[in-house]
Amino acid sequence: MGELRLMKGNEAVAEAAIRAGCDGYFGYPITPQSEVMEYLMAEKPFERTGMVVLQAESEVAAVNMIYGGAGTGKMVMTSSSSPGISLMQEGISYMAGAELPALIVNIVRGGPGLGTIQPSQADYFQAVKGGGHGDYKMLVLAPASVQEMCDHVKLGFDKAFEYRTPVMILSDGAIGQMMEKVVLFDHIPRRSDDEVVKQCPWASNGRPKTRTHNIITSLDLDPAGQERVNLKLQAKYKVMEQNEVLYEEIQCEDADYLFVAFGLSARICQKATDLARAKGIKVGLFRPITLFPFPAMQVSNVGNRVKGILVVEMNAGQMIEDVKLSVGCKVKIEHFGRFGGIIPSPDEVVRALEQNIIGG
Amino acid sequence: MAKIKGDILINTERCKGCEVCLAACPFTVIAMSKEVNSKGYRFAMKVNDDCTGCTNCALVCPDGVITVYRAKVATE
Amino acid sequence: MEEQFAKTEIRKPENIVYKRTDLLVDRPLSYCPGCGHGTAHRMLMEVIEEMDIQDKTIGVSPVGCSVLAYDFLDIDMIGAAHGRAPALATAIKRMWPNHFVFTYQGDGDLAAIGTAETIHACNRGENITIIFINNGIYGMTGGQMAPTTLPGMRSSTSPYGRDVPTMGHPLKITELISHLPGVYYVTRQAVHTPSHVRKTKKALRKAFELQKENKGLCFIEIVSNCNSGWKMTPVQSNKWMEENMFPFYELGDIKVDGKLIEKKEAPVKE
Repeated sequence: MGELRLMKGNEAVAEAAIRAGCDGYFGYPITPQSEVMEYLMAEKPFERTGMVVLQAESEVAAVNMIYGGAGTGKMVMTSSSSPGISLMQEGISYMAGAELPALIVNIVRGGPGLGTIQPSQADYFQAVKGGGHGDYKMLVLAPASVQEMCDHVKLGFDKAFEYRTPVMILSDGAIGQMMEKVVLFDHIPRRSDDEVVKQCPWASNGRPKTRTHNIITSLDLDPAGQERVNLKLQAKYKVMEQNEVLYEEIQCEDADYLFVAFGLSARICQKATDLARAKGIKVGLFRPITLFPFPAMQVSNVGNRVKGILVVEMNAGQMIEDVKLSVGCKVKIEHFGRFGGIIPSPDEVVRALEQNIIGG
Repeated sequence: MAKIKGDILINTERCKGCEVCLAACPFTVIAMSKEVNSKGYRFAMKVNDDCTGCTNCALVCPDGVITVYRAKVATE
Repeated sequence: MEEQFAKTEIRKPENIVYKRTDLLVDRPLSYCPGCGHGTAHRMLMEVIEEMDIQDKTIGVSPVGCSVLAYDFLDIDMIGAAHGRAPALATAIKRMWPNHFVFTYQGDGDLAAIGTAETIHACNRGENITIIFINNGIYGMTGGQMAPTTLPGMRSSTSPYGRDVPTMGHPLKITELISHLPGVYYVTRQAVHTPSHVRKTKKALRKAFELQKENKGLCFIEIVSNCNSGWKMTPVQSNKWMEENMFPFYELGDIKVDGKLIEKKEAPVKE
């Protein structure tokens, strides 16, 4: 078993980055995720592992720094919160287009606009449906605990390199700020430059005389060429849909009703499940862990066995669209959400189940 | 006696006819063709034997189409 | 095409004194006839070839006319988003500190949309080389007004000339960044005549040598023409550049060895 520590979610992200062998973190302060860079600067991994940590002049610069680093085959990441992630959409789209591996952590806060610094899940659409311009997807991981904040960093880097794609961890201000015990995985050494060159033959990191030059770009002025790029991306997303779906089912076997929730909402629904069962309501919880690829088949299988589904999100109803597309229209599906930084209580979730699904 | 003599070779297919090399040549060795290359550009060409191989034309050619030669040749 | 003057006896491989460097990809450049980009590309590649650092050089190309620079420069390249090249270069250099990293950017890219990235990379003193091609116009998008368009100069978005009271002043970003302590070497050059080309190449060489010594950021502005955007012939555009651009964007060194040059060199007359 690895090292056991009590940590904030944001700190777990930072520690996991060091342990995963990350080559560079580039970020910009924004509440409620600033602890990521603060932790890194205090830990000084540049002295221990050689990992670069740099405070950029903006989120725009930060995301383009990871675009540059990723283009050379290095393992790079950034983190931010909603308004900052909006600014990063340019770089994310470019990285998706240029097929570059990178990790982007979004510690979501309430919006729109400057919104609030309190937790929210209102960036689901932005994360899952593209966000920036053009037809692209990111692999999106939704941790529900500090442990998963840690583990998803490692998983995210693995998948980013496996698929040459940007990966997003879509968390929120509560998971980022809350402290829980976490089992840290063991240190993985950073790759040497030679290993980077070997692992990433596509990367632009200096052309030896033995090969032609590498070009990292998202541009193809020839429409036929650009269509080929798009077809390649879509084929990649199909493979991800087949192979990378992650989800969790809690007390679904005998359930008459179902909560579907991700991240923090799933934690709340877990408690709500217990409260409802104590009242004699047989409810289960389906928790998508990957939001893209969405566990469409799996939620459909469970969802079509129950009498009604309550999708609980800290937004005005975003993931519910994917649940409805997956489950179809035979089962009643309603949304319950609080937004603007309000975290729903398990009691009000149970009430919403009773009123909107069971009584409705 | 030996004398420095130059020569240029112009890749006329790559020439875009910008004429920047004409002004750069101190000995008026280059002029523009009347005919055009396959891209439709009139192209630079060598019109006399006064080239000294100074490389000025090649240096300023934006498309890098000029190769310059220089050698000592015996004079009679 | 038949040449009127047949080749002389000296046209032999051993007598070649100048030829296009092999570090330029053997394909036609996408630039307009007479455009300075081609010459700037060639000088850059000659320096990299002479220093024999192509296996350790990573270039970042911009958005603008030179967006396709990576198709012509036979080294590893990354195409940046508009204005972001210095951000990319920052990360690249920090993670490959023994490599040579440069950005190649136009005036719209570097001095308008990328102003923040430019200034902060300069201010951090990143050990990179920025090559800034200033032709006072957005060439790629069809000749719109740039941050460096001269007062009164016509463009497609200043069709009656740049009106300073409403459109603002041209930005001398090179002078601006020269005052930042992270910047070690700043010079403004041109590539329209042989002597200017030679000076530009010297400046590029110097910048890459300084990069090797981790001296800080080196910034080379090349004032260039845009005959298409300026609606002139290439030769006319070079003359116009000398008469109009050079008095405003004075050629010569601006900062050497980390020290500002008090009196600038007068523009070179051919």
